[in-house]
Amino acid sequence: MRAFATLIDRLIYTRSRNAKIDLIASYLRDTPDPDRGWALAALTGDLDFPTVKASAVRTAATERVDPVLFKLSRNFVGDTAETVALIWPEHMREGATEDIRLNSVVSQLQGVTRKDAPRLLASLMDRMDANSRYAVIKLATGGMRVGVSARLAKTCFARAFGLDVNDIEEVWHALAPPYTELFAWGEGKSGRPDPSGIPFFRPFMLAHPLEETRLDLKDYAAEWKWDGIRIQIVGTATDVRLYSRGGDDITGSFPEIAENFEQVGVVDGELLVRGDAQGGEAASFNALQQRLGRKKVSAKMREDYPAFVRLYDILFDGEEDIRAQPWSKRRARLERFVPKLKASYFDISTLLEARDFGHLEEIRGGARDAAIEGVMLKRRDSPYIAGRKTGLWYKWKRDPLNADCVMMYAQRGSGKRSSFYSDYTFGCWTEDGELYPVGKAYSGFTDEELKWLDRFVRQNTINRFGPVREVEKTLVLEVAFDSVHESKRHKSGLAMRFPRISRIRKDKPAEEADHVATLKNMIT
Amino acid sequence: MTNASTWIEPHPHGIYIKPADAWIDPSRPVKRALVTHGHADHARGGHRQVWATPETLDIMALRYGTKLGNPVSYGEEIEIEGVKISYHSAGHVLGSAQILMQYAGERVVATGDYKRRADPTCPAFEPVNCDIFITEATFGLPVFRHPPTKDEIGKLFTALEENPDRCVLVGAYALGKAQRVIAELRQLGHNAPVYLHGALEKMCALYEHHGVELGDLRPVMDTEKDEMRGQIVLAPPSALNDRWSRRLPDPITAMASGWMLVRQRARQRNVEIPLVISDHADWTELTDTITEVDPEETWVTHGREDALVHWCELNQRKARALEMVGREDEDDG
Repeated sequence: MRAFATLIDRLIYTRSRNAKIDLIASYLRDTPDPDRGWALAALTGDLDFPTVKASAVRTAATERVDPVLFKLSRNFVGDTAETVALIWPEHMREGATEDIRLNSVVSQLQGVTRKDAPRLLASLMDRMDANSRYAVIKLATGGMRVGVSARLAKTCFARAFGLDVNDIEEVWHALAPPYTELFAWGEGKSGRPDPSGIPFFRPFMLAHPLEETRLDLKDYAAEWKWDGIRIQIVGTATDVRLYSRGGDDITGSFPEIAENFEQVGVVDGELLVRGDAQGGEAASFNALQQRLGRKKVSAKMREDYPAFVRLYDILFDGEEDIRAQPWSKRRARLERFVPKLKASYFDISTLLEARDFGHLEEIRGGARDAAIEGVMLKRRDSPYIAGRKTGLWYKWKRDPLNADCVMMYAQRGSGKRSSFYSDYTFGCWTEDGELYPVGKAYSGFTDEELKWLDRFVRQNTINRFGPVREVEKTLVLEVAFDSVHESKRHKSGLAMRFPRISRIRKDKPAEEADHVATLKNMIT
Repeated sequence: MTNASTWIEPHPHGIYIKPADAWIDPSRPVKRALVTHGHADHARGGHRQVWATPETLDIMALRYGTKLGNPVSYGEEIEIEGVKISYHSAGHVLGSAQILMQYAGERVVATGDYKRRADPTCPAFEPVNCDIFITEATFGLPVFRHPPTKDEIGKLFTALEENPDRCVLVGAYALGKAQRVIAELRQLGHNAPVYLHGALEKMCALYEHHGVELGDLRPVMDTEKDEMRGQIVLAPPSALNDRWSRRLPDPITAMASGWMLVRQRARQRNVEIPLVISDHADWTELTDTITEVDPEETWVTHGREDALVHWCELNQRKARALEMVGREDEDDG
């Protein structure tokens, strides 16, 4: 438990992704089975102890500590787990605490009844140091919040044992904690686990941005690039699972999709929400966000934001793995597969018919549908390959929109940028000549430009609000963004998607920056 | 039942000793001020007359340019308008003192800030027998149990070993904490140079002048970046994430403060190595001290007074919270 507690503690204070990976990888190498597998599951939020609730922790604490002192402490610290870990009375002399095996803690938590949970927690904490108490509470009640996604965990595993992360993806989801088969394979003690029969995530094929290259449409098929959530649906004889881009299981957020996919196979597509604006066509990404990240969705949510999937590839047709087949063959299979699905939840992404590349460019230029982000180009003879391989798939995003905005506020960045004012809030003019914030950006500039911007902020500060500085409204920033939407959260009533600083317009007077009304006309 | 309330009055801006017409740690200019120690929330400029330990007077002269004062050494007894006053070490920072007042057959001790564990830069807290004990309560919650200082300093050694190409930048308050961190490092055998932010240099020199040896100190200003790889650098907390730190070789940020015990507080400051090193008494020290001094009444000046007063009541001790303002500005932890 101590090694796990130390890991949690260090992850909390580590900001760099690379340093986090190193910490976890070395823990995985140095820790025995099955402890390391439980730790991995705890980090990714895949461990659940249904009989141990947050109330059990509070009950355990208030039996040991005066309730008034507990409450005052909780209010001050702001986190129950941390309060309990720190306040827990220590009867042992220093150094006399035990290093209880993580495996033993997990099996006790798994076996406990709801009624006995407070007593179990108390007896564990009595024998532990403060760091381990914190870790055991977080472990028991979930919510480690140390910033480890499923993908990051796999990357850590890959680094620990010198494997390719895509090889791990394939088997990861077929295995349950504590993943002993996975570690045995990692250490070269046994072969790769066989994942068949259980739904699991297959890594997505990804696209490169199309820069200046022009392609021959004889070799490449074109279709719209939809502005939704990339999703993989895996149907087996007994179960259906939905996976997001990072391989996270998002079945719970979109139950109606899973319920209505009554086929065996693995398909790739875009999850969209139907909007009224386009007469039942796909609505913008903004609408979709309303449902993202929800573990459970209400009936109202399902009704207000009805989800459907627009399919564009097929990996398994029934039990048959067809990933090695060329795109054109898979497309033909997909066209036969989709009609077997319920039309209200699933449709197919149609191909764009263009005479030549110039014509395609015209089609792309004319698209202003909120759910269209640009055009995809897929090599007709390419197999379905995990990751991003040059020359097979291209994304050709709609040209970004641009606006000239005035810098209003700046905030310090984090990590390597913590001494720089690198996050900028900018605004546009109202009819009354006031500046209203329209967005915030922290990218798009070079290191040299960042230094210049940082200096500008420091020399033109007129107000400080904690970490934020208000600046003289004199600097025009040309901001590029993918689209702009209505938003109630901002005073201007607007929200930009993917705003970034494209140029610093030292030459332009602030009065000549754009107006809020101009941006409103760009709303899709 | 004590009569002290008739001759000693707590006010939001200080403790007033009526017969002496003097204030303890007043936060506004007064005729007569008795100052416990040099931190800005206790020592202010502008008083007509000041009584403090010689060390505290020196610190005040350095920080606020205050000129003359009446030095009172530890254990020496003076008298102002019939009130006998003496200063006793508080173990908080160099020169810090508790003030004992005797009048009308009663003894009252105002601790100022204090701690009980060993500090190589100042003498230890001296328990003084009294009727009324006026204590601080900065860390007056049972969550605050400061770990052994040696373990916290050890985190710095580990970081240096693991990152020989980087430096460890320690944020520490300019008066007290910075010198203590250096002295603790020296005690544990760290003889390498320690590099200082300009804002710490004068106070370190003052400590050395008073006989606290701090070893090889060098200004960051005059040092090449590469020379600081694998070394410890000290700066005031405000400089940790400031432009100033760009001259350091890929610093790992540490911060020495009692507040570092709370994870969220450490994270808010972008700290990678939290060092729980405090110049205040933790919960155990506060409650043990009250038990040891065993006064008739305990008054709690600033910090988490609710919790400490509640603890006193749980233990059948008479206690009251004084509402003091303007504390914890500078020396927070």
